[in-house]
Amino acid sequence: MDMNEIKEIFFQECEEGLAELETGLLALNDGDDDPETVNAVFRAVHSIKGGAGAFALDDLVSFAHVFETTLDCVRSKQLEATRDVVKVLLKSADVLADLTNAARDGGSVDPARCQALVADLEALANGEIPASDDAVADEPAAEAESAPADEPAPEAQAEGEDDFKPIPVQFDDLEEKGDDFEPVPFSFDDFGTDQAPSANIFRIVFKPKPDLYLKGNETLLLLRELDQLGTLDVACDWSELPAIDELDPEGAYLTWDATLTTSEDEDAVRSVFEFAEWDCELTIAAAGEEAETAEDAAPQPDVEPETDESQPDTEQEDVSASKEEEQAEPVEKLELPNVIDLQQAAGANRQQAAESAAAPKAQATASASGAGSTIRVELGRIDRLINLVGELVINQAMLAQSVTESATSGSSAVTMGLEDLQQLTREIQDSVMAIRAQPVKPIFQRMSRTVREAAEMVGKNVRLVTEGEATEVDKTVIDKLSEPLTHMIRNAVDHGLESPQDREAAGKPAEGIVKLSAKHRSGRIVLEIADDGAGINREKVRQKAIDRGLISAEATLSDEEIDNMIFHPGFSTAEQLSDISGRGVGMDVVKRSIQALGGRVGITSTPGKGSVFTMSLPLTLAVLDGMVVSVGEQTLVVPLTSIIETLKPETEHIHGFGASGQLISIRDSFKPLIDVGQILNFSNMPTDPLAGVALLVDSEDGGQSALLVDAIQGQRQVVIKSLEANYANVPGIAAATILGDGQVALIVDVEAVVSASRSGALKSEMSLAAVG
Amino acid sequence: MNKTIVLTVDDSRTIRNMLLMTLSGAGFETLQAEDGVHGLEVLDGSMPDVIITDINMPRMDGFGFIENVRKSERHRAIPILVLTTESDAEKKNRAREAGATGWIIKPFDPEKLINAIQRVTA
Amino acid sequence: MHQTSKNLAEGARELIAFRIGEQEFCVDIMSVREIRGWTPATALPHSPGYVLGVINLRGAVLPIVDLSSRLGMNESDPSARHVIIVAQVHQKVVGLLVDAVSDILTVTDDNIQPTPEVSSELDRSFAKGVLAIEGRMICLIELESIFPEGESEAA
Repeated sequence: MDMNEIKEIFFQECEEGLAELETGLLALNDGDDDPETVNAVFRAVHSIKGGAGAFALDDLVSFAHVFETTLDCVRSKQLEATRDVVKVLLKSADVLADLTNAARDGGSVDPARCQALVADLEALANGEIPASDDAVADEPAAEAESAPADEPAPEAQAEGEDDFKPIPVQFDDLEEKGDDFEPVPFSFDDFGTDQAPSANIFRIVFKPKPDLYLKGNETLLLLRELDQLGTLDVACDWSELPAIDELDPEGAYLTWDATLTTSEDEDAVRSVFEFAEWDCELTIAAAGEEAETAEDAAPQPDVEPETDESQPDTEQEDVSASKEEEQAEPVEKLELPNVIDLQQAAGANRQQAAESAAAPKAQATASASGAGSTIRVELGRIDRLINLVGELVINQAMLAQSVTESATSGSSAVTMGLEDLQQLTREIQDSVMAIRAQPVKPIFQRMSRTVREAAEMVGKNVRLVTEGEATEVDKTVIDKLSEPLTHMIRNAVDHGLESPQDREAAGKPAEGIVKLSAKHRSGRIVLEIADDGAGINREKVRQKAIDRGLISAEATLSDEEIDNMIFHPGFSTAEQLSDISGRGVGMDVVKRSIQALGGRVGITSTPGKGSVFTMSLPLTLAVLDGMVVSVGEQTLVVPLTSIIETLKPETEHIHGFGASGQLISIRDSFKPLIDVGQILNFSNMPTDPLAGVALLVDSEDGGQSALLVDAIQGQRQVVIKSLEANYANVPGIAAATILGDGQVALIVDVEAVVSASRSGALKSEMSLAAVG
Repeated sequence: MNKTIVLTVDDSRTIRNMLLMTLSGAGFETLQAEDGVHGLEVLDGSMPDVIITDINMPRMDGFGFIENVRKSERHRAIPILVLTTESDAEKKNRAREAGATGWIIKPFDPEKLINAIQRVTA
Repeated sequence: MHQTSKNLAEGARELIAFRIGEQEFCVDIMSVREIRGWTPATALPHSPGYVLGVINLRGAVLPIVDLSSRLGMNESDPSARHVIIVAQVHQKVVGLLVDAVSDILTVTDDNIQPTPEVSSELDRSFAKGVLAIEGRMICLIELESIFPEGESEAA
């Protein structure tokens, strides 16, 4: 365990805290008035502040501090958590998240933004309520004095003697719990304390109150510590000690009068009493030249305590506090490696995991205390395991292939053994993949911020409702979900929902709702982004499509076809895009990126009621079900999800179109026939459609195309290998895989091939080509 | 001589681990608990020489924890140091009322932490 | 090899020398992962001529570059006689097709002479310098300039 590891733990904890913070604030926003919700929110910020302090992350500490102060007002009911207040708090949570990220990854957060929020937070803490809310600033309830009633047992004090003489004591004896108060000449020579050349002499009069002993303090320890500072002479005054029958075992009757000769300054002496100051009367005076008199002086029972009994000396506390302020040594920044929690149930049915989301509170409790049910594993280890299993799958396929090719294929024992192996391999793979499966919750939580920011920018009131947060999907998919989802959420806020005025005019609540849900369906994850806006204005979309030359003015399109026009490249235009969903990216790009993940996206819209975007994705990006095909001398894999059907073209189905184009008629509808070998530049000669196979695939805008390949080799699950890891993005190719023979096969990017067939060429995204 | 046993009660893994690192580096034995309730559970089966506790914790906060320890026949004499931040002077007083022995300012300086523990342990 | 690299004197370094046609080149041994025989590569569509394709190296997909072609010389006709030098360049691993690996050289910076002006434009941008070893001329290649970083983003 070193500081770097702890820092790593800190940032993990920050992430958890930030998630809890946001969840809590959103609950408050929805009217949750459970005090524990506020407490949890407060604690989240408090913990971040505490940890950040330890690593001297000053920006984070100072912001968290202001935030925490305001939250404390909410907690103490000085500040009511109205919508307007929570809005500021949510924004602060966002900034806190940014500051945390900046602390971890470097970078910075706009100081102006922080400053503005700090001002807002301070205003709230000072009782300046935003908008019309008229919160009553209750005085915080005075804390009832509640001293423990139990009887203490400070042995030293229980002793009593009817003697009023001051007693010099031997320190050694005190260490034996002072059972014996025999007057003994006091000598500190044994302690061999080095005398500093410039000695200060302090007279310390110290009268413990009963509470001192009730709180685990010990006079003896205090004296011992004083002694360590220099040379100490101690006298004990027991003049207040009552007769034994009047002695209150809980009482404190002794006053200690000590003279300390030390090289330390007064602060050092005072710090010895740091904790005891709460419960004693203490006078520390520099004796200076009067040292001699002080030494001879009899203990003064009339020494006035410096502190008022009822009022603890807070000033002194603050002095000592600020001395302690120094922060821990800053440590080197480190990269936070990905770590995921392995739930014991990871291997269990994912559907079950999704259903168990019904009890998020129980889950939270479990994760707080049930350290035994999960272990943290470095992601790299799981990735290695998954890679190895990938190798196993390939090896198993290779073995099966060689057996089939060899004469032993007739042996039923070998065949059966191979089948078992295949089954086992598949099961191992599924189990291993389940380890890396993670709930979509963190992404959903991030979306609530996206909604807030988007809503603010376009001046709409929007609430995000989420469902199925516990739905699990492979981490490789999780990592890629965020971008298209963010885009679609922004789109829903920006274009889907109406302005508050329009909504009210339409008889709807001013606050619009965006609903984000996730569920599993037939081996895929389905995400829905629904808004309760006006729905797609089909007339407008149609007109725009005509204006852009995407369809002819006479074309008759179904509602569905019109709705899907918004995914058409060239449909989104600069004027239509506002700041937020804009950034020069249209829904076509969103669709592209989802398809690149082997996903599909669609839209259904009801006028006046809203629109629903549905996207479905594979549960993993590590493996893919593909159709293995031959194109020229190449073996390619086409993702099965893209393929609607395969057909063997007949002469009467093939129609020339223009200079080199070809169409294939399928049940009286004409689809473009795309020669994959030509598009990918694998063959110079066009493929003869009659000698090949056509794969009917979905393409953007909801249309269909047919990919022409030479032959189909079969269907197979393949392990996806990145081309970009060691090379670059290759146009027309989504990724690579390794087949049973150990050869690399390329996985076709169907959408890119289809769109290239329209534009004429695949866009080369490589500059290497230019260099060479 | 037996090692001094320190029970640390804090809901923050970060802080718990920092305490662990500092304390074990200084030759202390460490027990850990995540909150007040857990702290009492740990105390059930142990007898630490000193307790270091956070204030803000779920389920049972530091004040409640201290009060409970002070009520315990077996454990009430154990010195308790509260971890508190610079800002909450008022917390220190509440902790004092609850029965805390002393306090440690977060973020803590390892040396001062050790000093504070030595200050309250024999 | 590892042992020698440990015992290297200050400033000395090890280079792997290899042959392409009649010419000798070398690269820093630190960037070489392994040397292996040629296996047929899967061609990539629309790739530059010197990229022969990709191969499977224990589960990783890595591109094979015809170094001869990359350096502006003749295109190789890869065969079982060729070898592939697997090298790490930036964060990526690439295979370099060469005719044969000829030597491991221990040199100091003093042994490396600046690239002569007579070299062709292309050679000079890749060559870090030349070495004279036992009457041979060996050109030290800078892999980083052959495969500039961020090439895929630079489109």
